[in-house]
Amino acid sequence: MNKSNKSREILVCCGTGCVSAKADKILDALKQETKNKKINVKPTGCHGFCQEGPLVITEPDGILYSRTKTEDVKEIINSHIENNKPVERLFYHEPKTGGKIPHYKDIQFYKKQNRVILRNCGHVNPEDINEYIEKGGYRAIEKALKEMTPEKVLNMINGSSLRGLGGAGFHTGLKWRFCYNAKADEKYIICNGDEGDPGSFQDRSVFEGDPHSVIEGIIIAATTIGAKKGFIYVRAEYPLAVKRLKIALDQAQKKGFLGKNIFDSNKDFDLEIFQGAGAFVCGEETALIASIEGKRGAPRHRPPFPAESGLWGKPTLLNNVKTYASIPNIINNGVEWFTKMGTDNSKGTAIFSLTGEVANCGLVEVPMGMTLREIIYGIGGGTTDNKKFKEIQIGGPSGGCLPESLLDLPVDFDSLKEAGAMMGSGGMVVMDESTCMVDVSKYFLDFTQKESCGYCSPCRLGTKQMLDILNDIVEGKGKPEDMDLLMDLAISIKAGSLCGLGQTAPNPIITTIKYFRQEYEEHINDKLCRAKKCKALISFYINPEKCTGCHLCFTNCPENAIEGEAKKPHKIIQHKCTRCGICFEKCPPKISAIESYAGEKIRI
Amino acid sequence: MEKELNKILSSFQGKSNELIPALQQIQEELGYLPGDAMLYAAEFLNVPESTVFGVASFYAQFRFTPVGKNMIMVCKGTACHVKGAEKVLDEISRQVGIEDGETSADMQYTLESVACIGCCALAPCITINSEVHGRLNAKSIEKIFKRKKAEEKTNE
Repeated sequence: MNKSNKSREILVCCGTGCVSAKADKILDALKQETKNKKINVKPTGCHGFCQEGPLVITEPDGILYSRTKTEDVKEIINSHIENNKPVERLFYHEPKTGGKIPHYKDIQFYKKQNRVILRNCGHVNPEDINEYIEKGGYRAIEKALKEMTPEKVLNMINGSSLRGLGGAGFHTGLKWRFCYNAKADEKYIICNGDEGDPGSFQDRSVFEGDPHSVIEGIIIAATTIGAKKGFIYVRAEYPLAVKRLKIALDQAQKKGFLGKNIFDSNKDFDLEIFQGAGAFVCGEETALIASIEGKRGAPRHRPPFPAESGLWGKPTLLNNVKTYASIPNIINNGVEWFTKMGTDNSKGTAIFSLTGEVANCGLVEVPMGMTLREIIYGIGGGTTDNKKFKEIQIGGPSGGCLPESLLDLPVDFDSLKEAGAMMGSGGMVVMDESTCMVDVSKYFLDFTQKESCGYCSPCRLGTKQMLDILNDIVEGKGKPEDMDLLMDLAISIKAGSLCGLGQTAPNPIITTIKYFRQEYEEHINDKLCRAKKCKALISFYINPEKCTGCHLCFTNCPENAIEGEAKKPHKIIQHKCTRCGICFEKCPPKISAIESYAGEKIRI
Repeated sequence: MEKELNKILSSFQGKSNELIPALQQIQEELGYLPGDAMLYAAEFLNVPESTVFGVASFYAQFRFTPVGKNMIMVCKGTACHVKGAEKVLDEISRQVGIEDGETSADMQYTLESVACIGCCALAPCITINSEVHGRLNAKSIEKIFKRKKAEEKTNE
């Protein structure tokens, strides 16, 4: 056997993305193949490059295999591990140059990132606390308890200018200070992992890939402010994250990092998991607290802020998953190290889930202040199939849609807000010319309207009104005054809502009207959807020169709206057609006889 | 029913703040929240019945009707929406003959659209009994359900 095999490790990404592409089967197969060899095959959390999953990385040589299948396992072992000949056909394929890149460090997607919070994700087995400890884990809490006073920790967090990574960007140090100063017999700490934004999965990936970094951050916060009891609020929709957190808490308990007298400090702290039951509004802190108390997740008026009166009326510290995961780094490496990253007002790094019509989908960590262009083109590799970029949606239903002209915007809390978007939980969805902006606004509003808890009338009723108007517009019944009405409603909803949901729900509409006004006007005045998304504003037509009369569209049309004899060109009976698009889907790609047109129904 | 519920809630202490985990546990065991179970939970946790129903109806996770053997969840997250989640839902609806939110009469399928299952890189995607199927189109959906139906037949 090769000498280097002694320290050989094969890492299999077992994040949700890769597991859904059968990474667990690959892990089993690798374990089976290496049963009698001195090779450590281990599951890890998300490597981030979900687009190319399932990912397998070999160490110490750092070779990345992409889109691996169980059938490839034998070859990887025989050729690479046994004979030192890496399997070239499984290397990452650079779409632009066509070149094959063996080492993950050389792949553009990783090269431009600065993985600080995600430092261990993909490199440690999340179900083994010892691996986290080997990487320097739980040293920050030891340092905080043995060498520092709470005052010193508070000053350090304050000095780092760390801002809450849940989206709003409130200064973490201040929040901790408020909670520390609050006088009470009991205090609580909560980790907000209610990542409800569609299109984002950063919190989940941190939980799944490096749960101990979050737990360590929570323990540091708790022992600093004087909380004895804490909760990790995680979505029940994330079963893998829940499972790994349970294992991690159990292991931390056994090692004495949780429980009584942590590191002989005379400080006790217990941490448990609370599974959310599916309500977007619970990402708002007061709603989340109500939910833990066993109530409907309705937000309440602030002040008093949770730092004074939170869970069961006691002072409560609430931070996002990534905020807590940043804490051990700051304690270990110092304020100066942290403040070197980022912009004047937003320090450190930010994590985004880059998805949609982008070549490299995945989880991305970059220093604050990187431009959107660098993220989309530098890391993301541009749009899928090089289609024309249209907009990037940032911050989920609370965020906004930014056009190409803003691609050089530096990404940080303040500049995003100024542009009308927000950091939100960090979802970035790239959309190309095939996306209809009115349809996208309708999509987000449909979501927020359903998720509105109903407490404030402007949010409950206003979002419904806006949705009705948008529905009219996409159905071709829009009126010229609709746009002003939408803007009026947007302003009232923002002003009259208690919590972040209502205050930000109109953002997608405001930004799309601001940056893509023309598209709204086309829908309303010309009854035209240039992206050919809005069913009422498109029509289908069979090109008689291309149609071979294969009858596929005829058989599949649910409305019997297609006529024609076998082997002769078919025809769509326009007045029967509901534009469901099935014929378009079913027509074999090499024939492509069915064409879609923007504009009102054509008459033949 | 009472005996079964007693067993399901045996690890709970009967405090009002346990309401959500208790309902989750009941649903985990029974597949949904029958009316009797909610009444039992109200008594067990000493909270008004109206509160139990208020909480259960507030959160998307809870359901009041039994589900089919195959639970199909269609992701309608942003990435999936952009990549055609609507078409995916339509196609599945055609394949299994039920609309979004319905359960088939033979209790084989329940079809539901959900906010986001977090597999955005595989968009558009669905889960069938927590198994993820990604990068779908009309053809691959047809294939999945042909196979499913064939499996059912052999099981019969």
